[in-house]
Formats: sequence, C-alpha cells, structure tokens
Amino acid sequence: MMLKVSNLNKNFDGVVALKDFSLELKEKEIIGLIGPNGAGKTTFFNVLSGFVKPESGKIIYRGKDITNSGSHNIVFEGISRTFQDLRLIRQILVIENILLSFNHTNGENIYNIMFNQRSWKKIEEQDKQKAFELLEYAGIKDKANDLANDLSYGQQKLLSLICCLAADAKLLLLDEPIAGINPEMREKILNIISELPLKGKSAIIIEHDMDFIERICSRVIFMDMGEKISEGTPSEVRNDPKVIEAYLE
Amino acid sequence: MEYLLHILILICIYIILAVSLNLLVGYTGILSIAHAAFYGVGAYVAALMALRLETPFLLNLVLALIAAGAFGAIVGIPSLRLRDDYFIIATFAFQIIIFSILNNLVSFTGGPLGLPGIPQLEIFGLTISTHIEFLILACVLAALVYRTASRIVKSPFGRLLKAIREDEVFTQAAGRNVASAKVKVFIISASLASIAGVIYATYITYIDPTSFTLMESIFIISIVIIGGAANLKGSILGAAFLVALPELLRFIGLPSSVAANVRQILYGAMLVIMMMWRPQGFLGEYAFGKNSGDRSQKAEVRTNRGNDA
Repeated sequence: MMLKVSNLNKNFDGVVALKDFSLELKEKEIIGLIGPNGAGKTTFFNVLSGFVKPESGKIIYRGKDITNSGSHNIVFEGISRTFQDLRLIRQILVIENILLSFNHTNGENIYNIMFNQRSWKKIEEQDKQKAFELLEYAGIKDKANDLANDLSYGQQKLLSLICCLAADAKLLLLDEPIAGINPEMREKILNIISELPLKGKSAIIIEHDMDFIERICSRVIFMDMGEKISEGTPSEVRNDPKVIEAYLE
Repeated sequence: MEYLLHILILICIYIILAVSLNLLVGYTGILSIAHAAFYGVGAYVAALMALRLETPFLLNLVLALIAAGAFGAIVGIPSLRLRDDYFIIATFAFQIIIFSILNNLVSFTGGPLGLPGIPQLEIFGLTISTHIEFLILACVLAALVYRTASRIVKSPFGRLLKAIREDEVFTQAAGRNVASAKVKVFIISASLASIAGVIYATYITYIDPTSFTLMESIFIISIVIIGGAANLKGSILGAAFLVALPELLRFIGLPSSVAANVRQILYGAMLVIMMMWRPQGFLGEYAFGKNSGDRSQKAEVRTNRGNDA
C-alpha cells in the first residue's frame, strides 16, 4: 500500500471537516474524491500535504508516518499538490515557476551561491532543460518566458499540473484540475493525468465533473460532512442510495 | 572638489544601505524599518573596536558583519513569524531599542555625545585619510555589496525570495522552507547594512545616535522604493538621486533653517508622487504594496489556518 490514511479527525470551530476519515491508495492508482461543497475534500488535501494538522488519526506514506511533518518535508517525501484557487507565482516567469518546483535546493544555499557556483550551475541547466521538455509535453513551450500571470486560465491550470510533475512526486493531489476551463484544455489535462500511472505515479483528484472522474478514476470515494459515505467504482458510487440521498438533501 | 567627493562617498554609503534593504523589501516583499539600527550596529562596533582595542580596520569590518548578522538573527527568528504589519511593528521596536541603547548606555557608547576621534584608517599599512582615498574604499565596498546582492538575486535563492513575495503558500507547496529563507535573507540584509556603518564611522570619525534613527530607516526605504523595488540598479539610481537632490537646494540660496525642512517636504512629496504615478519606482519591476489580489488570497488561507488554532 502506497498511502494509508486512518481515522483522521479535524474540526474548525466546531464545524466538522473530517470525521474518522480513512483511505488507502495503491501504487499507480488514480482515485476520485467527490462530494458536495464543504464535504471536507480540500481539508483532507490540506491535512495530507501538511498545511493543516489533524486532531487525531494517522497518515502512513510508503511505510513512513508523515502525520505531523511540515509541508515542505512532505513535498520531499514525494507528495505534491495543486490548489483549487490556482496558486501560481504570477509575477515570475512560467519557466521559473517550474524551476521552483524541482526538488533541487543546492542553488538556494548561500554558501554555494557565493563560493561554490559549480555545485549548482550544472543542475540548474539540467533542470532548465527538463522544464522545457515538460512545457513541450504540455504544449505551452512558447510561453516559457512569459509571466505566469499572462497565461490564460486554462493554461495556468495546466502549468500548476506541470509544476507537480516537475516536483517528481509519486503522489499528486489535484484539487479541481479542470474546473472552469474550455473543452480542448480539458482533454489535454485529462490526457496528462491519465498517463500518470505509466510514469509510476498515483493521484487523488477532487473534481465535480463526474464524466471526467469516470474516464480516469478506477475508484471513487464520496464524502459528505467530513465522512466517507461511499466507495467503489464510479458507477457503484453513482448508484449508491446514500449518495443520491446526500445530493438530494 | 572635496565637497563633491564628500557627496559621492555618502552616495556609496547609501547605495550599500539601499541595495541591502532591497533584498528584503523589493525581492522578498517584507518591509523592515530597522535598517538604520543595523547600520548603527556596524558603525558602533567598528568605532568601539578601533577606539578601545585599536584593532585593524578589516577585523572591525568582519566583527561588524558578524554583530549585525547576530542581531539580525535575534530579531528575525521570532519576528519573521509575524505577518506583514506585525513584522513592521517588531522591526520598529528593535529600531527604538537600538537607538535607546546607543543613547543611554553612556559609559559604553558615549550616549548622546557620541564617540569622537575614531582613529585613522589603515589597510595593510596603507593610510586612508584623504577624500579621494575614502571614495575609492567606499566604491570598492559598495561594488562588493552590489556584487554579493546581485549574485544572490540571480541565483535560485533569488527566485525563491521572489516566490515568497508573490505567494508563500505556493512556495511552501513547492517544498521550500519559507520561514528559514526569510530569516536567512534578513540576516544577510542586516550584515550588509553594517558595512555602510563601518565606512561611515571611519570616514566621519565621529558618530552619535542621531545618525541611526527611525527617520534614517525611512530615508533608506524611500531610496529603495523611489529607485525601484526588486531592481538593484534602481537602488543605485535612487541613492544618487535622493542624496544629491537636497544638496542642489543649497545652490538655490535658501537659508539653512528653511533648507532642512524643505528637504523633508521634498522626500515626502517624492514618495507620495511616486506612489501615485509610478509605484514600481524608476527602474523597479515590483510595485510595493500593490499586489492586493495576492494579498487577499493570502488572507484567505490565513483565516483558514487561524480557525485551526
């Protein structure tokens, strides 16, 4: 098992965000996380990526307890995420956004910058090369030297996905990767995500678009009020009376 | 001629101060109003060492760097956890504390009377006493500071600083330790500022606490913002402009009592005008305080995290 989350609990001022939430994920598996707004999906991502500490519960990633690790350590363990509200560094270049996502920090060491440029210049060049390859893969190579702010909304979503790939994460947490973008870009992003298992990567995807979920997820978890209501293949979950009830409420 | 050289030396000193503060204000987007305090720490360390222990200049310089860096760590580590406005207040407090120490620890710092008679400067047996020699020394040190800063901002660490300025949460999600990067840049900025203090103390040969007040900090911030935040050349231009400008007033023939006040009015007016029409300064690429869109996003995450406490 790649990821084993057990009995997470989290409350925000008395509002239940996660209640005894458990989840297991195998290597190279893509699962969908669905549910109404406020169900606790994003909170789960925040807990998993170390931005929010759970009140109780345990997260084991590849045999290692990361429940209380800081967010930057979790990235180095191999978990990378995107944000629902699309966080990119808009006033820096597209390519710099990607370079920042690589897990190489030799060039951020002050001693190396002043006295040992050789220790990172080469890695930086290689990263640049890789960044261009990733941009080419995503089809926005011509935008490399634009400000991230000048990209269209869809391209920004694409870029944030590319940043996750650059981080070389084994597990990607994608928060609404296709919400509000045009069909063409949607296909592009769908293709990139569906190729993740081929690259040995897994993903958990939060998305409201059921058609999208059915096309790429082998397993779906339905959440409501911080609890897991239903789990199974997309069609099983879709036809689960408890799910229908939750949506009708 | 000596007058002109004097102005050029002052410009070099302010270039050092502005370039070092630019790392913080321009690149990392954190506003500190304690820069004059670090400038003062440099000046007093160099002056006290030279006066009391008669240590050589280069040793004083290194000690000043270390002392200012240590103060930077003491102030930075706890206060950089605070967010924007509270951080400014914390640096404000430090600025006041340093001024009070310099002003009141009479037996050690000479108090309001300052430290007169700082000995002449010698480097490797070379005496530096004339204006032109001092100008060369100041230029060399300013160039070194500039070079250090430009290396930093062009490196991946510089990219990290800009990323922190734009979006701390994204930077964290990219696996970077935001808190430690902020502390590092704060310490570097403080250390570099102390170099200006060392030059000032040995050049003027007399220092007193009034040179290192809050007004001085604000003057340095004005240089950075008017010259252009996140642009090191802007800091050079800003320093030259703001140091030379009031000197020009002398030639208009205003009485000195009026000229001093006109100077303050001029700085204030410059800042207001720049903020209204060119918030990124002469050469800057980053409009300080203008990324309100990002700010509101940051605020959102903060409230989320606030709830979690």
